[in-house]
Amino acid sequence: MIPANFEYHRAGSVDEALSLLATHDGNAKVLSGGHSLIPALKLRLNQPAALVDIARIAALRYIRQDGNHIAIGAASTHKDIATSALLAQHLSMMPQAAGMIGDPQVRNVGTIGGSIAHADPAADWPGVLLAADAEIVLQSASGKRSLAAQDFFLGFFTTALAEGELVTEIRIPIPAAGTKSTYQKFSQPASRFAIVGCAAVVQVSNGTCSHVRVAFNGVSDSCFRDGNVEKALEGKAATAENIAAAAAQAAQGVSILSDHYAAEDYRTHLAQVFAKRALSAVAG
Amino acid sequence: MSVKISVTINGKKYTSQVEPRQLLVYYLREALSLTGAHVGCDTSSCGACTVLIDGNAVKSCTTLAVQVDGTQVTTVEGLAKNGTLHPIQEGFRQEHGLQCGFCTPGMIMSAADLLQNNPNPSETEIRHALEGNFCRCTGYHNIVRSIQWAAKKLQETNAAVL
Repeated sequence: MIPANFEYHRAGSVDEALSLLATHDGNAKVLSGGHSLIPALKLRLNQPAALVDIARIAALRYIRQDGNHIAIGAASTHKDIATSALLAQHLSMMPQAAGMIGDPQVRNVGTIGGSIAHADPAADWPGVLLAADAEIVLQSASGKRSLAAQDFFLGFFTTALAEGELVTEIRIPIPAAGTKSTYQKFSQPASRFAIVGCAAVVQVSNGTCSHVRVAFNGVSDSCFRDGNVEKALEGKAATAENIAAAAAQAAQGVSILSDHYAAEDYRTHLAQVFAKRALSAVAG
Repeated sequence: MSVKISVTINGKKYTSQVEPRQLLVYYLREALSLTGAHVGCDTSSCGACTVLIDGNAVKSCTTLAVQVDGTQVTTVEGLAKNGTLHPIQEGFRQEHGLQCGFCTPGMIMSAADLLQNNPNPSETEIRHALEGNFCRCTGYHNIVRSIQWAAKKLQETNAAVL
């Protein structure tokens, strides 16, 4: 499969990338690892006039502590995140989820910024970032803005990213001591995209659960935080019975995807099973 | 409009004019006649097209040739030295790690990435490292043994993978 023709520009800086995007007025796509974009180009689902390659902008590739946040440059690869000691220390679901994306070859080049800009409903980062209370920093020629992950992911392959805007950073608040996090997924065996992926963050103190965050990938046409499960466990004792009761509420009131990998009822069942596994791992 | 790229492949420098849309695997196979990287699924699932870019295993069917400008690429053709098989290649020979052979170059390049980062992997680690490579002959057991053979050989001879 051969993509349609396009121009290629390698940006040396964020400013140069933004200027190239502005010049092409909505007809350019951002290339980094290319593992979401190039398959779409090969299938000619997308035929941009130009690609702006940001993969070598060193200023977009870092994972560092910034006050009470961890800041992740958008061009950080899944491998960078999978091997980050800083993230392992504060929010272990991040390296855990990174290590479950695709396969080693994909993780070597695929980036977190690219994955979230693409917003595949079966990708792993969207739900994980929802559960992490992440903020997404976007930059354009006219300035910078920051959106809560909840306001960034709008639906099926749809985000709040505007024409000419670039995802530059992901900011994760460092959770309070005693907070645990996990990502559990049932993956499609060839692509390893999530059929069901469940991210959970819970703080347990004196046996009581607080700061409960549960979010799903792959279950619906977009990632979502599951308020029913969260409410069912918030303020409750961290017991197997309470976890099971909360997990049984999973994926209610959302439209459930159905395809040849998993029909609607099976996916709903898996969402409950994986919510239970995830909550047991952090609060069990 | 074609773009000029300079890339070092298996230690040899190449300068070429390529179309931006040209995929790395076709650049290697058609422009340079390096046919070791195979086009299998063409959808970045099967890993038969795996090559190393600056030492990291990458699927060349999902990489543009322009993206490797200025990098060091290693293909399976670059492993044997002076007519002597690389220990990973020799491992596949000794342990019968190939049947039809189609997936073999990709398996070998993924093994090279693994052994650079983890010289003494467990069987589980080897199997995880091969998640991006499919063998339709289902020869995984012998492929794992081949990589174990290579890991042992590299350690015994204190040799670098690349």
